[in-house]
Amino acid sequence: MGRPVAIIGAGQTKHGNRSEITYPDLVREGVKSVFEDAGVGPDDIDGVVFGTMPSMMEGVALTHFYFADALQAVGKPILKSETCGSTGMSLALTGYYWVASGMADMVLVVGSEKMHEGDSQATMTTVAEPFYLRYFIAGAPGIFSLQSKLWIDRYGLSEELVRDAAAKISVDHHNDAFDNPVAHIKKKLTMDDVKNSKVVVYPSRLWDICPNSDGACGVIFASEEKAKKICRNPAWVKGVGYSGEEYWFDDSDKVVWKSAINAAKQAYKMAGITNPIEELDVAEIYNPFTYVELLHYECFGFCDFGKASDLTLKGIFARDGKLPCDPSGGVLCTNPIGASGLIRVAEAAMQVTGKAGDHQIEDAKLGFAHAMGGASQFNGVMIVGSEL
Amino acid sequence: MGKNFETLEHQVWLPYKFSVGPVFNRFFEGLKEGKILGNRCPKCNKVLVPARSFCPECFVDMGDWEEVSQEGEVVTWAQANYEFFGAPAEPPFIGALIRLDHTDCNFLHLVGGFDLSDIDAVKSKVKSGARVKAVWSDVKKGHMLDIKFFEPE
Repeated sequence: MGRPVAIIGAGQTKHGNRSEITYPDLVREGVKSVFEDAGVGPDDIDGVVFGTMPSMMEGVALTHFYFADALQAVGKPILKSETCGSTGMSLALTGYYWVASGMADMVLVVGSEKMHEGDSQATMTTVAEPFYLRYFIAGAPGIFSLQSKLWIDRYGLSEELVRDAAAKISVDHHNDAFDNPVAHIKKKLTMDDVKNSKVVVYPSRLWDICPNSDGACGVIFASEEKAKKICRNPAWVKGVGYSGEEYWFDDSDKVVWKSAINAAKQAYKMAGITNPIEELDVAEIYNPFTYVELLHYECFGFCDFGKASDLTLKGIFARDGKLPCDPSGGVLCTNPIGASGLIRVAEAAMQVTGKAGDHQIEDAKLGFAHAMGGASQFNGVMIVGSEL
Repeated sequence: MGKNFETLEHQVWLPYKFSVGPVFNRFFEGLKEGKILGNRCPKCNKVLVPARSFCPECFVDMGDWEEVSQEGEVVTWAQANYEFFGAPAEPPFIGALIRLDHTDCNFLHLVGGFDLSDIDAVKSKVKSGARVKAVWSDVKKGHMLDIKFFEPE
């Protein structure tokens, strides 16, 4: 185990359609925001970690060159990671490892996406090779709808029950987003609005699905010594986990989903958590689709397999419930893909340090952040707490 | 927001030549002849389809080739109702995981051959466990889409 690591700052741009500024200026806005929050500057930073979803989205292959100045990375070591949806968590873990190893005392981690500049679904077709999988797992709605349906069929869940639970998640999150000043889509919806919205990929409907967003997020990781000197109130990294899966889709089970289960288990073990639903105060789950959020509750041990829909309808995972999930509105309301996983870490850190503003969960001390990526291939978890 | 800001229109067009290799070569030759070919792992004995060069789980070279059944069961499915770049068909179309008879992994392909305009009618026809059978294109090019789709019985 490495040395203790703190999060001493988190910053986000306003997310949405940011076509009014160039991409480097958007990244700079995120970087300025995290420097302001942490009260440090470029001279304090030992290394920079940056990433986006696959660079075909950006149309510029070497983004860490394009954004070198915006990241204030000149003269410093810089590492890049891109794992599609889980990019942000890959970045967070890279920053964490770097400080935990003792090789750096303070690392700036930044993720970004400007989805209105490119074609996200076309980019996702390039995630797979053109011999076989490209034709059938192209586009996020296809792959996640298939996985959701697999889950529904496995447990013989009634369509009515699952659709109600998914609709509740959508209604709650789009309403929660009003209390998150940087969220993209904020909307008052009724259950019927969601349930009767247009089918995009059955069973997923329009309001079950995240938007295309532009945005950037920055998080600064620091050693215990630095954190205690600089920051009155840091968040501490209590546990991390990451797990990947095979290339050939569905060679392993996507319902009792090994990578999600293992990533959480690794993080729980490191954090000393044995009963997540009792011990965690808040969770920020990577939820680009309502159904996928339900599936994750089960994989993370928040409830038994096949039971997430019932518990969701009882309000267990709502903002005033036992374990509030995605009080920020989550990925469902804001999805600048390369930043989205890192936003989960930023939001969890904000919650456990009492800095979440209008969407603060009262007395939150232990927070769970998660991202998934690839073609349902990667899952990563970071648990943060208010105490070292 | 909502204002139309000026953007620089740009396209990246890059040619690639992906090596097909001996295993996909033989698999695609099979498709040209109207056959679906798999192969068996000598260690775990699983029949995988499409045929692969090595068993991902055992990390050994795959062994004997076999022509697998063109019939099987729908494991699960999703119906796409939107157009996107690189889609395998005009919407609506159904992507499905299909377990071909006597194989040990799920085969990803399309289900079709009937009216997909009414989702309730589709749901009554395509269920988990429904029997389906491969329907081939008239012209076979040695390509995954030589199989047009799998049609429910």
